[in-house]
Amino acid sequence: MANSSRDKDNVAQIVRALEDKDTSAALEDPLENYMVLNMGPQHPATHGVLRLLVKLDGETVVECIPELGYLHRGYEKIAEASTYMEFIPHTDRLDYISPIANNVAYALAVEKIAGVEAPPRAQYIRVIGAELARVSSHLMAIGAMAMDVGAMTVFLWAFREREKLYDIFDLLTGVRFTTSYTRIGGVAQDLTDETKQAIGKFIDEFPHHHAEIIKMLNKNRIFLDRVVGVGAIDAETAIGLGFSGANLRGCGIEHDIRTFSPYLVYDQLSFDVITEKDGDCFARYMVRMREMLESVKIVRQALERIPQGPIKADLPKKVLPQKERVYEKMEELIHDFVIVNDGVNPDVGDVYVTTEGSKGELGFYIISDGSGHPWRMKIRSPSFCNLQALPYLVKGQMISDVVAIIGSIDPIMGEADK
Amino acid sequence: MIEKIEEKLRAALGENIISVKEFKDQVIVEARRDAIVEVCRFLKEDRELEFNFLSDICGADMLNFVDSSSRKAYLAVEHDYHPEEVPTAGRFMVIYQLTSLRNRTRIRVKVRVDGDNPVCPSLTSLYPAANWYERETFDMFGITFEGHPDMRRMYMPEEYDHHPLRKDFPLMGVPGSIPLPRK
Repeated sequence: MANSSRDKDNVAQIVRALEDKDTSAALEDPLENYMVLNMGPQHPATHGVLRLLVKLDGETVVECIPELGYLHRGYEKIAEASTYMEFIPHTDRLDYISPIANNVAYALAVEKIAGVEAPPRAQYIRVIGAELARVSSHLMAIGAMAMDVGAMTVFLWAFREREKLYDIFDLLTGVRFTTSYTRIGGVAQDLTDETKQAIGKFIDEFPHHHAEIIKMLNKNRIFLDRVVGVGAIDAETAIGLGFSGANLRGCGIEHDIRTFSPYLVYDQLSFDVITEKDGDCFARYMVRMREMLESVKIVRQALERIPQGPIKADLPKKVLPQKERVYEKMEELIHDFVIVNDGVNPDVGDVYVTTEGSKGELGFYIISDGSGHPWRMKIRSPSFCNLQALPYLVKGQMISDVVAIIGSIDPIMGEADK
Repeated sequence: MIEKIEEKLRAALGENIISVKEFKDQVIVEARRDAIVEVCRFLKEDRELEFNFLSDICGADMLNFVDSSSRKAYLAVEHDYHPEEVPTAGRFMVIYQLTSLRNRTRIRVKVRVDGDNPVCPSLTSLYPAANWYERETFDMFGITFEGHPDMRRMYMPEEYDHHPLRKDFPLMGVPGSIPLPRK
């Protein structure tokens, strides 16, 4: 009896669906034929080695379980065995799309516990580096997201701009990719006039190329159909699930650590915190798009206001001396030897220092026992915390939207897996 | 700010708050392990404090922690791996980083967890974000969170026997603990 009434309902639904093209029939599954699809760890749309187990009902995602750890290198364990200085190159390999931002975040955490403050010029250089890294990261996010939903051109345009940024990083730091640029108490090299000119040229040209990408995507029917209203999340759930950065601002929360607890010289620079209210993939895309222009604004102000002066704090017991002077002066040689071998010996205690990384709240928590090594270092990686919301975001969406949603939350597995 | 928080916490939770102190402008609360859910619920739901965002949970192994620049204690355990010989009382710490998005403040709550029975109440009912953070802590330190919906490892293989961030776990790993693929 029960069965026949269920059949009648099903038939009525099917008839409605056949008559009206906007109605779809959702039937109970008498055969329990859910399909479990394994996506990744080697999948072009998972941005690295993210593995998803997706339970599908037809094309609709019923459940999704992310599996992490394919890129786990144990950086927190390595940190406990290396000096504070030795760990700087490892921070490049966390969020490898914006290494300078990680260098800055790590240096700030160590400086906080060691009681060192970088001189103003170094702080400005760090701001410039971190903001250019943010542009680079957002370009990658948007390019890859657009490619995942089928717009190949934007990916190439974004990478053309990123190539220019890599040339700037090459001039600024000496390397293109793994920069290791900051030192405890300053930066490795000074910002030269040549670099300054290159950055000036980039920020003059960038808004034009930015407008091209906007023109290409924002009224593109195919792109909009794939992202508007897809993967929506409301503000309260987003906060509960630990969303941060551009993803949280896409839900209408004005939370940006650059204004939340200003570090470096961000309190002297004027910029807007970008928010969008919808919380869907398009909102997250738009936040990134608009934030790039804010970053350019910050870089322009920083270039104008950057003072002359030293690039490292004058604290010989904590800050590594300039390499050229080590070969000439006895004191510098001694200090270099002591710091490299014994390390920066910060106060005993613990600090948690966060910065607004390219992906969100990038925090370093350090417990120090007063020796040259951190007793415990925890990396609060934004990609890891943002990925936690993925099962919530993809639930009830189509399987093809999963790639758009992953692209829109912009995870970097080097950081998520640590 | 710290006086206000201390006063409020002590009034509401009394004995469960062990200490409230400040280090480098950061407020650190040490609480009793069994009361961690109540402490965090108070911090989250109090109208004035409103710590509504859980930034992070992490564990720490305080085995042979020495307040000096002497590295001997740490190096001594690094080379000999005898998991049965380590002291247990209050060996682990679980550290919660809470943020108030409205007040723009942060607070850190710490609890001590014993080494022989490392369990801690789960915060997943209060902050859904605690889910993965606690899984990570379980993976790295072997601290089990009671009331957690899905207590699996986060990074290491499910059948792995050790917890890598414990201080008695050697830096170079335990030989043969992860089966390598055949050549």
